[in-house]
Amino acid sequence: MFRNQYDTDVTTWSPAGRLFQVEYAMEAVKQGSAAVGLRSKTHAVLGAVNKAASDLASHQRKLFRADQHVGVAIAGLTADGRVLSRFLRNECINHSFVYESPLPVSRLVVQLADKAQVCTQRSWKRPFGVGLLVAGLDETGAHLYYNCPSGNYFEYQAFAIGSRSQAAKTFLERRFQEYDTYSREDLIKDALFAIKETLQGEKLTAQLCTVAIVGEGEAFHIIDQQTIQEYIDAMELSTGGPDEEAAAAAPPSAEAQEGGEGASSEPAPMDI
Amino acid sequence: MELQRSMVDGSVCMKDSAKSEISSERTLYPYVTGTSIIGMKYKDGVILASDTAGSYGSTLRYKSVERIKQVGDHTLIGASGEISDFQEIMRYLDELILYDKMWDDGNSLGPKEVHNYLNRIMYNRRNKFNPLWNSLVLGGVKKGQKYLGTVNMIGTHYEDDHLATGFGNHLARPILRSEWREDLTFEEAVKLIEKCLLVLLYRDRSSINKFQIAKITDEGTTIFPPYALKTFWGFSHFQNPSKGAAGTW
Repeated sequence: MFRNQYDTDVTTWSPAGRLFQVEYAMEAVKQGSAAVGLRSKTHAVLGAVNKAASDLASHQRKLFRADQHVGVAIAGLTADGRVLSRFLRNECINHSFVYESPLPVSRLVVQLADKAQVCTQRSWKRPFGVGLLVAGLDETGAHLYYNCPSGNYFEYQAFAIGSRSQAAKTFLERRFQEYDTYSREDLIKDALFAIKETLQGEKLTAQLCTVAIVGEGEAFHIIDQQTIQEYIDAMELSTGGPDEEAAAAAPPSAEAQEGGEGASSEPAPMDI
Repeated sequence: MELQRSMVDGSVCMKDSAKSEISSERTLYPYVTGTSIIGMKYKDGVILASDTAGSYGSTLRYKSVERIKQVGDHTLIGASGEISDFQEIMRYLDELILYDKMWDDGNSLGPKEVHNYLNRIMYNRRNKFNPLWNSLVLGGVKKGQKYLGTVNMIGTHYEDDHLATGFGNHLARPILRSEWREDLTFEEAVKLIEKCLLVLLYRDRSSINKFQIAKITDEGTTIFPPYALKTFWGFSHFQNPSKGAAGTW
């Protein structure tokens, strides 16, 4: 595409009114491995695909706790994600220290978005190459936000980011309207199913994914592997997935195939 | 010789260009002071009460000082001690509430948050040996939850069902400890408060017979106009006071 003339630095506009560096940063998010998020009125769930670069390596950490009531899932440049997670933790703890009460999630994401925006308006900086799904609970209920490298943020009932996230989004689009009243277990099941959609044929195991939840009476925490595997097994027992239309519409490859990996029987080296 | 403001803590001092700072100005003692505040929770919310006196040492100089103010939608604050420092605190708190309102996002700072913020300010000033010379009572209701807390110039802070500052601690709290109940109606609460206010009027020389009561519930805040209590001085010992020593007055 003929956009190379205006994409050298982030402070150059294109004639069409675009900032190409920012858009390239958003491409980096699309290249990262998938992350999904969904919420009900009282709980919010985050899930991520953890694929190690090789059998010798451990996988990248994609879920971070910012405070008792907030956590994030990242997709894109993990290093940028780690730095932003540290920023989120700092903001949360500063607020807790001064006001002795949890920072409302909507205010946290605005602070994060403002930080991202700064990097789109300085010639000596570059935008963060990471998208964040922020899930949290405050006095106005459970919330899920998506923070973009552009400095935009949006609130969602359910969303997916990263590579092959469109498959997950298609699944979530069919189901999101009931999520407000979903139980915590159903939210987790749907998160796992959404992750499964992004794997496109590979067998879903607890080693491949990480799921975290936050809700009323439940601090943000990553759910242990054993419980996740139980959820997955329960999903497989019922015909092809949580509901019948999903099984009919989606390719039935997921549950039928046996994945070729022998490694699925042993836990990977740096498992959560 | 010229005045110079410190960049570190805002204190002002005299500086001679040839020599170093001569004096520094920090709060050493209070000048215009308010006396006790009483606060208590009742069935529907929280009540704060005080008199409207501003003393200048032993002189009852100002008689219409509002020592109880509203802070945002959910909180009331009552102050004893240096009145000018209370005005400074109100500037801090009004600014805090303003920025909170500007978010316009469905979240708001409740009494607990305001109390903690204020505690941070008071404690930090104390650490710099430049305190805001006040004892404050914060009361409020948010989403049905009643809150009553106190913080003072050295940063001590705590919550309770009924609180007081200054002389109120010695004269009013004992009454409240024996007669306070969780389910007082507003009328019963006012009667109990007036009992305490009357004792303070009799026994605290910095108090005057002009009181303000303020209440806060989930519905909102009301600061009532000032009024006086009926006092009784007809004790037998006060009749003919020179009985025991002729010629005295």
